Amino acid sequence: MLIEVEDLSRDFTVRRRAGRLRRTTEVVRAVRDLSFTVERGEMVGYIGPNGAGKSTTIKMLTGILVPTSGRLSVAGIDPSRNRVDLTRRIGVVFGQRTTLWWDLPLRDSFDLLRRIYRVDTARHRRNLAEFTELLDLGGLLDTPVRQLSLGQRMRGDIAAALLHDPEILYLDEPTIGLDVVSKGRLREFLRRVNAEREVTLLLTTHDLQDIEQLCRRVMVIDHGSLVYDGSLAGLHEQGASTRTLVVDLVDEAPAIDVPGAVVVKVEGPRQWLCFPAGASAAPVVAAVAAAYDVADLSIQEPDIEAVIREIYQRV
Amino acid sequence: MLYVAVALSSFRRYSTYTAATLAGIFTNSVFGVIISFSYIAVWKENPGAGGYDVTDALTYCWLAQAMIMTIAIWNGGTTDDVAERIRTGDVAIDLYRPVSFLGWFLAGDLGRAAYHLLTRGVAPTVVGALLFDLHFPGSPLTYLAFLVSVALGVVVSFSIRMLVATSAFWLLDQSGLLTLSSVFAMFFSGLVVPLVLFPEPFRSVVLALPWSAFVQVPIDIWLGQRHGAGVLGGLAFQAGWGAVLLLACAGLLRLADRRVVVQGG
Amino acid sequence: MARLAWDARAFTILAAMWVRVGWSYRTSFVVLTLSTLVISGVDFVAIVVMFANVDALGGFGLGQIGFLYGATAVCLGLADLAVGNVQRLGRRVRLGTFDAMMVRPVGVFAQMCADEFAFRRVGRIAQGAAVLAWSLSVVDVDWGPARLAMLVSMLVCGAAIFLGLFVLGATFQFVSGDASEVANAFTYGGNTMTQYPLTIYPTEVVKALTFLVPVAFVNWYPALFILDVPDPFGLPDWLRFAAPVAALLLCTLAALAWRTGVRHYRSTGS
Repeated sequence: MLIEVEDLSRDFTVRRRAGRLRRTTEVVRAVRDLSFTVERGEMVGYIGPNGAGKSTTIKMLTGILVPTSGRLSVAGIDPSRNRVDLTRRIGVVFGQRTTLWWDLPLRDSFDLLRRIYRVDTARHRRNLAEFTELLDLGGLLDTPVRQLSLGQRMRGDIAAALLHDPEILYLDEPTIGLDVVSKGRLREFLRRVNAEREVTLLLTTHDLQDIEQLCRRVMVIDHGSLVYDGSLAGLHEQGASTRTLVVDLVDEAPAIDVPGAVVVKVEGPRQWLCFPAGASAAPVVAAVAAAYDVADLSIQEPDIEAVIREIYQRV
Repeated sequence: MLYVAVALSSFRRYSTYTAATLAGIFTNSVFGVIISFSYIAVWKENPGAGGYDVTDALTYCWLAQAMIMTIAIWNGGTTDDVAERIRTGDVAIDLYRPVSFLGWFLAGDLGRAAYHLLTRGVAPTVVGALLFDLHFPGSPLTYLAFLVSVALGVVVSFSIRMLVATSAFWLLDQSGLLTLSSVFAMFFSGLVVPLVLFPEPFRSVVLALPWSAFVQVPIDIWLGQRHGAGVLGGLAFQAGWGAVLLLACAGLLRLADRRVVVQGG
Repeated sequence: MARLAWDARAFTILAAMWVRVGWSYRTSFVVLTLSTLVISGVDFVAIVVMFANVDALGGFGLGQIGFLYGATAVCLGLADLAVGNVQRLGRRVRLGTFDAMMVRPVGVFAQMCADEFAFRRVGRIAQGAAVLAWSLSVVDVDWGPARLAMLVSMLVCGAAIFLGLFVLGATFQFVSGDASEVANAFTYGGNTMTQYPLTIYPTEVVKALTFLVPVAFVNWYPALFILDVPDPFGLPDWLRFAAPVAALLLCTLAALAWRTGVRHYRSTGS
């Protein structure tokens, strides 16, 4: 077991203003009795609504925050006691801010990291060459980080986090703000890193497609508790979530009848068909296109908050 | 009237920085105490140095501390906004408004100065008065003349800061000019050491420079070093420099205006 | 111990990178360093102007005051250069850069001090050293091994004292982000106070500067020994040799405060 979490809890004391002068203190349980294990090589998605306790968990796993109670072991190390030892074995990518140095060109940032993490020069060179190629960083190496676009910076951050061959990579909203093509490339890279280097990935995200494409296992946290821990398909089944195919027919027609989908709304030539979120859209699209004159199609993904709310209500 | 509204809103904007203000008052007070003791030492050795007595010197010290933020001796005024807006290009909007560019920012700076006078100005003076024997004017006319003088001092300070800020139209890296301006302002305003202590021939030169309008002139009015016609002379000196420098600003702005139109900012 | 050695090395690596980056913008680099020199040097020009009106201040001549001034300037400059950036703690916590530092295999303190390393602070050291050197050429000192040792000790321990004050001041930002300007009153204020002979202050103040905020040990007590001046306040002679003790105590306190601060940060979040 690479990551072992047992009854992990984290309280925060929040001071709120009650009236003009008084202040009440309230204890908020951000994370309560969390328990899970992660094996080496897993790709785990960690999702939940805002304020559910995701960042708090990551902060405890990386040693930034110490738990209020419970047991925590990452790569055999207790993060709250041996933070510095642990840092060599992990990599962290923060979606909203960079771990790189603003004014330095990427190349210099990477070199600094090589020296700080004391990476063997040859190994560093090999890693850098591979990441530069896979993440298309070649033309960017001499650009200061502050001049990079969000997508470029994110690629730089991920390369930086992996240069020292960490065993675990934590990614906090890595695809936020990226365009579709960049997202796809990033996911491909992460899949590859996991497959070839056996890097364990723990990814927090709001983008369900990230989960769909990357994670075989999903953990859902809400109000500090783990409400689901299992496969992705299982999640959709539990949440009974659906995807929606929006079909624009050439002419108005009565409700489309194809197997595996149900029409939920009709507005002129436009019809909304729902099918289970775990299922592929391809057969439905093919069936519709075969039987009707289609002008245009689009797919709406299930709202993750709705899925989670659904699950939480079942608990 | 429009400009009064601008001044008031500037006042309100600066009044949100309470914690910083309190911390600043503490710093002012600490440095006021240190400088007071150094002045006491100087006037003990030479009781009539610079034409002041020790009470005058101590009053000078605390009033100077009180005025640092009000006059915005090196920055902290609305001119910081100007430099920023020139850098981002937003200044183009300001130049096309049907209001005077200078008037707008000057009104804002005066509003800010009023806030700083009431907080960072009054507070250190009170602290100084509690700790040391300070000179307070006898006649309400002196207070009035002092306030007018402070306002004029802000105008002169504003125009110098505006000149520096406008350089952003032409200079890519302003830091050198800014530093130069700050050092000159700090030193030649008499903040570091009263201008009256300067030996001749420096003394005459330094008293003729615009920076002496910031702090030396208002304090001399307060201290009664300037009385009667001397007060009017001091105010005229300030007004004179203010006018000259504001005209220079207006001229520079017209040049910049042309540049903006021709080059598109 | 090994951790300290590693942190020191990491500090040099990071700081060197910042100097390299600054140097690549050569004119700015030079202008900034010169400006710092000029701005910090203005204080001595003020003292010179004062001496156009008097022959002595607090019983000390310009040369002797130059000695005091130069020493405290060099000490503050060294401390500011080394750990000055620790004052940005509040800002870093707010921006989240502090967390980014906690994820790297280097002590957070070393990273904080190295981040945005400001070579321009050498300007303060330079003008201080110049005034100090000048003063040494004009004052009458009976140089011997003891006094030479005291001179070196003064600069080292003085820098350490300011270092401790910087760190202590910064630690308050763990609990209150607005405390930074208050801390300035102790560091830069302490420097300004010690530019003058302490004889210009009342005895209570000097005792406070000895036993409470020990800036008197930065230059005053060593100067009393080097310049061979009897203690004007009648305080014991052994104080002249106590600077290392003061420095050690202050730095230990500062180190403990820092560790407590980090522990507090990790227990409460930001």
